[in-house]
Amino acid sequence: MDLSIFSYKFMQNAILAGLLGGVACSLIGVFVVTMNLSFIGVAISHAAFAGALCGAWLGFSPQFGAFLFSLVAAAIIGPLADRGEFNPDTPIGIIFSVTMGLAFMFMGLLPGPKTQALELLWGSILTVSDRDLVLLAIAAVVVLVLVMLFFKEIQAVIFHRQVALAVGIPANLIFYGLLFLTGSVIAASLRTIGGLLIFNLILNPAAAAYQLTYNLRAMFALSVLFGVLSTWLGLFVSYLFDVPSGATIVIFSAVIFIIAASFSPKRRVKKWR
Amino acid sequence: MPSAGDVIIKIEDAVVSYREDVALRGVTLTVRRGELVGIIGPNGAGKTTLLTLVNGLGKLLRGRVEVLGYSLNGGCPDILRKRIGYVPQIQNIDPRMPVNVWEVVMMGRYGRLGLLRRPGSTDRQVVDCMLKLVGMSHLASRPIGHLSGGEQQRVAIARALAQEPDILLLDEPTTGLDRRARVEIMALVNEIHRSRHLTTLMVTHELRTAAEVCDRLVLMKEGRIWIQGKPEEVLREEILDLLYGDEEGICS
Repeated sequence: MDLSIFSYKFMQNAILAGLLGGVACSLIGVFVVTMNLSFIGVAISHAAFAGALCGAWLGFSPQFGAFLFSLVAAAIIGPLADRGEFNPDTPIGIIFSVTMGLAFMFMGLLPGPKTQALELLWGSILTVSDRDLVLLAIAAVVVLVLVMLFFKEIQAVIFHRQVALAVGIPANLIFYGLLFLTGSVIAASLRTIGGLLIFNLILNPAAAAYQLTYNLRAMFALSVLFGVLSTWLGLFVSYLFDVPSGATIVIFSAVIFIIAASFSPKRRVKKWR
Repeated sequence: MPSAGDVIIKIEDAVVSYREDVALRGVTLTVRRGELVGIIGPNGAGKTTLLTLVNGLGKLLRGRVEVLGYSLNGGCPDILRKRIGYVPQIQNIDPRMPVNVWEVVMMGRYGRLGLLRRPGSTDRQVVDCMLKLVGMSHLASRPIGHLSGGEQQRVAIARALAQEPDILLLDEPTTGLDRRARVEIMALVNEIHRSRHLTTLMVTHELRTAAEVCDRLVLMKEGRIWIQGKPEEVLREEILDLLYGDEEGICS
């Protein structure tokens, strides 16, 4: 097997992007899975995609557009779901459909060929730039540091937000902080992983880790391991068979989830209780 | 520092509304330090809302609330929440939740610790002590979602006590439990209240046991305090008939 490909700068960048994106997305995924925010995450991902296309259309940075739209989506969804005026699914569903509509509208408004739009949709880990890497590195480091600094508060909010609030933890601040962090990571990873695929990389590694442990620290560690493993294996197979890397990354993350779910000790709970 | 007998909870003309539903309609209540007050009444009477007014989880529409000298009209300061232990109604906890019993009790220390500070040896000792107090030391490493309802309530009480609170709020701590667990939990509440010199407010449907352990009972109906007094004064058949309508009020 010819491994000379790994000596090329673009492949080294892709491997580094896989590491950084895998770390950032899979850490965020732990919040999403344990707090049942899957649908919120999907809506924020699509808002980021619409924002990136808006940026591309208006001529400013797609990442900035993604960042802005995902934060606005988080800021709208959180309070609407919290106030209980609607079932949380309702505002999330509305945001989801509106952002999809906006994304298609901006895509239609983009002049010329739609290459940039398609890159944002599918991601392009093999053409990741140094600037993208810096952005991913910032996202990964910020999420990692925040998780380490506020682990106990995050753990309490994950367990029960009202209880966390009652013991004197600023639980709402932590909850909204996590939503904004989710939006920021999605925005930072969008060009590399792609609007359609990013949420799988957030959800699948954390969902796999959730199957295997009752310890939150171990869940964070396993999720990161599965996230990075998915991106690296995906990249490798993408190179071997000359298929789109975004798709292989997501397929590997799903395969890891299926294996974890199949061997999950949590599936045996009823047998030994 | 307030001394025994001082009024430490003062609620005046409190009105709380959830959109079109008025949960509390001008409730006035004072609680003295060291009292164990039982709050009883039919479903929808506003009992839980009254409880959550004390720790600021309930949103006041009108009236005044003062707890341990802090006014809650502008929101509940975190410093006050740290001094109030709260045991909510039994929750359905995901059996796969990646948190164990010891960690749940430790959460009671997090508010006191504040942001960016890690639990120390004192915190660990307090957690061990509270688990022992509620008889749950042997299950410390068990995932919280694997416990029975009664065990989860004991853990919730241990977590609230780990805060080393001045006030303990219990919201139907025995609902959904079998008879033995109900008796054990009520005995535990009574013992903890007396031995730790707490001020306790407890929403309960256990009228007989409440009569035995509470210093005072507050009977609520339709968002108002209907009558309050010593258990022997208010737990009379004609009062309970009116409070609950034709339903049987007294639980075994």
